[in-house]
Amino acid sequence: MLKIKNLSFAVDNSGKKKEIIRNINLEIPDGQLYVITGPNGGGKSTLAKLIAGIEKPTSGEIWFNGENITEKSITERAKTGIGFAFQQPVRFKGLQVLDLIRLATGKNLNVSEACEYLSLVGLCAKEYIHREINSSLSGGELKRIEIATVLARGSMLTLFDEPEAGIDLWSFSNLIDVFKRQREEIKDRSILIISHQERILNIADKIIILKDGTIDKIGKKDEIYPELTGSASPVDMCRGIRKGGVN
Amino acid sequence: MDLNEIQINLLDNIIDGHNITEGAYNIRSDSKSIGRSSTKDVDIIPKSDGTGLDIFIKPGVKKASVHIPVIMTQSGLKETVYNDFYVGDGAQADIIAGCGINNCGCDDSEHDGVHRFFVGKNASITYSEKHYGDGNGVGKRILNPITEVYMEENSYVEMEMIQIKGVDDTKRTTVADLKEGAKLVVRERLMTHGDQNAVSVYTVNLNGRGSTADIVSRGVARDNSYQRLDLKIAGNAECKGHTECDSIIMDNGKILAIPALEANSTEASLVHEAAIGKIAGEQLIKLMTLGLTEGEAEEQIINGFLR
Repeated sequence: MLKIKNLSFAVDNSGKKKEIIRNINLEIPDGQLYVITGPNGGGKSTLAKLIAGIEKPTSGEIWFNGENITEKSITERAKTGIGFAFQQPVRFKGLQVLDLIRLATGKNLNVSEACEYLSLVGLCAKEYIHREINSSLSGGELKRIEIATVLARGSMLTLFDEPEAGIDLWSFSNLIDVFKRQREEIKDRSILIISHQERILNIADKIIILKDGTIDKIGKKDEIYPELTGSASPVDMCRGIRKGGVN
Repeated sequence: MDLNEIQINLLDNIIDGHNITEGAYNIRSDSKSIGRSSTKDVDIIPKSDGTGLDIFIKPGVKKASVHIPVIMTQSGLKETVYNDFYVGDGAQADIIAGCGINNCGCDDSEHDGVHRFFVGKNASITYSEKHYGDGNGVGKRILNPITEVYMEENSYVEMEMIQIKGVDDTKRTTVADLKEGAKLVVRERLMTHGDQNAVSVYTVNLNGRGSTADIVSRGVARDNSYQRLDLKIAGNAECKGHTECDSIIMDNGKILAIPALEANSTEASLVHEAAIGKIAGEQLIKLMTLGLTEGEAEEQIINGFLR
């Protein structure tokens, strides 16, 4: 289980402190798939990076499976069982897809074993397994390779930062199938997805709306979903915030 | 052929294994040939003045294999060796060279290998050259290879030039002249560390119509090491030339990349790309999210980059 206690994160913005995450408290139990959604700039990616150790909180604590991991490094958190799929995957000159999958599993997989992970995300494995992870790959291809490596890692808690970004419609359908399968086989693992996509929100056990660095709402999809798809368009939400006097 | 542990290690590093089981070969150790064999397709003949070898690959042969490694284990040894390769028209061959120096003494050890390739019409060769140094002496390990490639019509040469590690000082000079339809592909990998110094100079002349050259050099300069890369392509006809100089700089390393393109024909199409930078932070972070430490991530990135 992931527990976040009074978590805050601020950056220096031209000499002024700007709070990106504000006093968040959250629990993600084992065996659950949560989706975080909300307006751009609301702190979703930052929260995921804080959990993965890529950013360090200004204050608060992060606990994972009963252990305080707030001060742990990215590597230590990965070893503890936290996986992270980047919104914008990284390119590596020279490293091949096979290398990355082997590093993810920590095993010297043979080609056919590694290919299985690529097949999961709808890539013709033989075509890609020996490709360099460089600019010859499109954004969508890179994204699916990124997801394949994270699936290969098989972490106890896996964070996906906008997995749909840059993926074509056909691949997106395939991705939904991947997440559905992950959901069915979740057992004692948990998944946290940052997404704006209705079809991903649909498979969530719970949906969190993150706005202005705080949890605006959290609940089951039936409770949250109508609000998201109803009148609360981004413009309305913005008007609502103004009425509330935040701006 | 009896080899000691040092010799075996050097050969393992430069030709990926000390047992040469096929093709023609000459193994040079401390200025002497310790093993030589010709085949029906390849003749290896010592030069009459004792300065090196003439290697004849017969016209039309397919998949000929030639190994000519050089190893040095005596501190203070300095030599210049001239090897000439005559590749017959239409021949296909894989040539594996390389030099390994083990220096456990106080004096500098130096091997300067001058390789000339005369590549016949429609011939096709791959050439792999690895340089490696080890030993705990204070004497330097110095390698100054000169490679000259003369390519006839429609010939093809693919060269893999690798300096793995342990070479204190090197000046690598490569010159190529290409006739009509000839194609040259070069992949250079340079790793320097400590106080090492590496200079690599390429001069490629695309003289013939339809000739092409693709030169890619990747380097990693660590610690206080220095690399200078001069890559020049001259287009003297309707031709295509591409050079790419891509380097990772670490610690207090320094890299100077000097691209040069000279078009002497309006039909010449020449491109140069160059990039020097440290390892990108997001690359390290990505691998750390897979459970690698920062140091392990760095090694993986470098190993991949120099593959």
